Amino acid sequence: MSEPITTETATTAKSGVDVARFASRRALVRRRFLRNKPGVVSLVLLVVLFIACYALPPLLPYSYTDLDFYALQQPPSTDHWFGTNALGQDLLAQTLRGMQKSMLIGVCVAFISTIIAATVGTIAGYFGGWRDRTLMWIVDLTLVVPSFLLITIVVQRTRGNIVWLIVLLAAFSWMISSRIVRGMTMSLREREFVAAARYMGVRNWRVIVRHIVPNVASIIIIDTALNVGLAVLAETGLSFLGFGIRPPDVSLGTLIADGTKSVTTFPWVFLFPAGVLVLIILCANLVGDGLRDALDPSARPLRKARK
Amino acid sequence: MSLLSVTDLAVTFPTETERVKAVRGMDFDVAAGEVVALVGESGSGKSASAMAIIGLLPEYAEVSGSIRLNGDELLGLSDNHMSRIRGKAIGTVFQDPMSALTPVYTVGDQIAEALEIHHREMGKQAARTRAIELLELVGIAQPERRARSFPHELSGGERQRVVIAIAIANDPDLIICDEPTTALDVTVQAQILEVLKTARDVTGAGVLIITHDLGVVAEFADRALVMYAGRAVETADVDVLYRDRRMPYTAGLLGSVPRLDAPQGARLVPIAGAPPSMAAPPPGCPFAPRCPLAIADCRAAEPALIEITPAHRAACIRTEHVAGRTAAEIYGVSTEPPAAARDAAAPAVLRVRDLAKTYKLTKGVVFRRQVGEVRAVDGVSFELQQGRTLGIVGESGSGKSTTLHQILDLSAPQAGSIEVLGADVAALDRRSRRALRGDLQVVFQDPVASLDPRLPVFEVLAEPLQANGFDKSRTDERVAELLGIVGLRREDASRYPAEFSGGQKQRIGIARALALQPKILALDEPVSALDVSIQAGIINLLLDLQEQFGLSYLFVSHDLSVVKHLAHRVAVMYKGKIVEQGDGDQVFANPQQDYTRRLLAAVPQPDPNRR
Repeated sequence: MSEPITTETATTAKSGVDVARFASRRALVRRRFLRNKPGVVSLVLLVVLFIACYALPPLLPYSYTDLDFYALQQPPSTDHWFGTNALGQDLLAQTLRGMQKSMLIGVCVAFISTIIAATVGTIAGYFGGWRDRTLMWIVDLTLVVPSFLLITIVVQRTRGNIVWLIVLLAAFSWMISSRIVRGMTMSLREREFVAAARYMGVRNWRVIVRHIVPNVASIIIIDTALNVGLAVLAETGLSFLGFGIRPPDVSLGTLIADGTKSVTTFPWVFLFPAGVLVLIILCANLVGDGLRDALDPSARPLRKARK
Repeated sequence: MSLLSVTDLAVTFPTETERVKAVRGMDFDVAAGEVVALVGESGSGKSASAMAIIGLLPEYAEVSGSIRLNGDELLGLSDNHMSRIRGKAIGTVFQDPMSALTPVYTVGDQIAEALEIHHREMGKQAARTRAIELLELVGIAQPERRARSFPHELSGGERQRVVIAIAIANDPDLIICDEPTTALDVTVQAQILEVLKTARDVTGAGVLIITHDLGVVAEFADRALVMYAGRAVETADVDVLYRDRRMPYTAGLLGSVPRLDAPQGARLVPIAGAPPSMAAPPPGCPFAPRCPLAIADCRAAEPALIEITPAHRAACIRTEHVAGRTAAEIYGVSTEPPAAARDAAAPAVLRVRDLAKTYKLTKGVVFRRQVGEVRAVDGVSFELQQGRTLGIVGESGSGKSTTLHQILDLSAPQAGSIEVLGADVAALDRRSRRALRGDLQVVFQDPVASLDPRLPVFEVLAEPLQANGFDKSRTDERVAELLGIVGLRREDASRYPAEFSGGQKQRIGIARALALQPKILALDEPVSALDVSIQAGIINLLLDLQEQFGLSYLFVSHDLSVVKHLAHRVAVMYKGKIVEQGDGDQVFANPQQDYTRRLLAAVPQPDPNRR
């Protein structure tokens, strides 16, 4: 800290390109993500769907429990946009109601389980030693617990409480990804840029957040996007067996399960809820892809060998 | 008729967006018993040329021209047909002997396999006997026993000997060596070159050696082709090339090599700029943008190879301006070390006493028991004065890196003491250790691995500042200053490390190390991963920075000539101990220890008359 170095700035200031501020990584990632059209469209669509499933039902003439005896098993019409089922329930209202549950479950479970996986994996891999051993014991322990049985028992006790469902599904779906994250972290820990950060006096948690997590981000993001779909399917499975969501309440899972029986004769009963589910998962995946490309500077749509 | 004749060879790698012309019209011959070197920096197309000859380019590469071995055309042959030529008529030695050998077979089996593939009638026993003969030929002691070793049980040099044994197993007509000594220590490097000479004499084969090391060329080759941007820009016999080069690029390349006979602090001649993009080469001479002698005519058309003497040709229209001038004159720079006031009484900033570090060797999985220990660092003492450079020299495994990292850790060593800026590191608490970190910074060897690929340059440079409590505006200011100090532009701050060349990445690494205005800079082989012309720029930068800020360098390297340029004092390490320590000029001019003398003698010098 002996001498102030000011002579060098004079030459660089002449370059003319905005000298006031440097773009931080956050700004760069945001800019790169916004350049990815499919990702942005998907994100907007997801937000619109989420808002719609809560905002629309009060505006509809039918609630999801109302039975319209004059329209049993009717195809889509101006009255019932998505058609009706055998009981005369309006499928649009039912699908929206189902989306409320399924999107909440899917998004929450995916985020919670990925956050657990990333935290446990990076801590175990970065620090090693007793932290690693303890956390991996917990992983192994959770892996051998028959999770499906446990969830059914608890959910039955709590009468389909959605919070419990989310907590339990999240608690049993992070182990494998945390092991993968741990392995990647262990190899990243040996890299010189991590050593460089440590020698510069950067604190451990900052190294994890700034260097480790962005470098395992691709696997974490893919994992989140896949988990949205898996969580919805897990909830469907539980509901199908009569544990998750109880009638008369519905979820996308129960709707699809009901619709599969008449998929060839009355396709709308199946197609609309299933289509919405596909749309949600597709959007989640596209957002994930966009985010991954934005974080990874080497991900560019180029350089593929022409065969 | 020559053994190998290559005419008008061109290699293009088509990609979705552009066509990368890696090789653009190479013509050369190799006669039996002759050693021809392809010299050039990374990306000059030398490896692509060699891979085209043995037909190992990826399938999508477009190859045109003609490659004739003993008069038979090799281009256009099917892969099956080429397999009968590879390993039999053409032997190949690769750069990294560890990945060139299969880890799960013994080396004897691997040599025998090379024999059996091309001689079906040869029996197992005969192949084995011959394999042992070959191992003896390449200088492996106790060949019967070592033939049963696996690759990981051999040292790097021994592995490369095995690879050479495989290459010459079938008495080839041509041996292609792709950077055969780059991954090896200096002393081993010299031995491997000897083995290659033996191999050439025994088989009488022509040798095509690909290298970026001008010292290796001078020691080993008869004739050299200097490659730049996919073409040969100068071809000549080696002694002519070193005495009377005519192409400015060759002059720059030779001028940028650090030399053992230069005084401490001598600047090198860097070639400014970077090689052109091979996807869209600029019109005219590809070297013109970096050439100090370029005139308008140079940018108009690409010069062909012009004959100077019958065996000496250069692709330059201004050769008469190169002849007889030194590289420093051509490039208009001064190599003189600045007259530094020698302050012998400068205070010591780093003092290491009897430092030791041992690793325990354990056996068993359930019950670990200690079966011995490895003394990685064994009682090392040295002192670094302010504003000076201490060079720690040694081969891999000599404990020099362990010593460095032990110091950087700032934690109490197993034995001995480390004193940084007057503070004993064993007595530090958390807070004072963090404060001391700012004064002791490090530059790593590999600029690719030492920069986080996911962080833009601004964040890389801002990281140490933010970790030490700089606010936003001061961080911006300091980052701008740092970019200027190491010669990068402000606009570069928002790019990712992958978008920079190797030399630029190393400059970013140096800028990051300087961020907190340290007093001591630990340099862990900072230039060994770089091309010579780039290396020269970094060495000059380090010398300038030392002068400007009065930094003290702890410089760890295996490259003696680089150490010679930078270090005031030198410590030679061997097997965890310092075998010789003294002033740089003294150690190099008058080495006291046997090991130091061996090390010095092994350094390949860019001077063919030393042979």
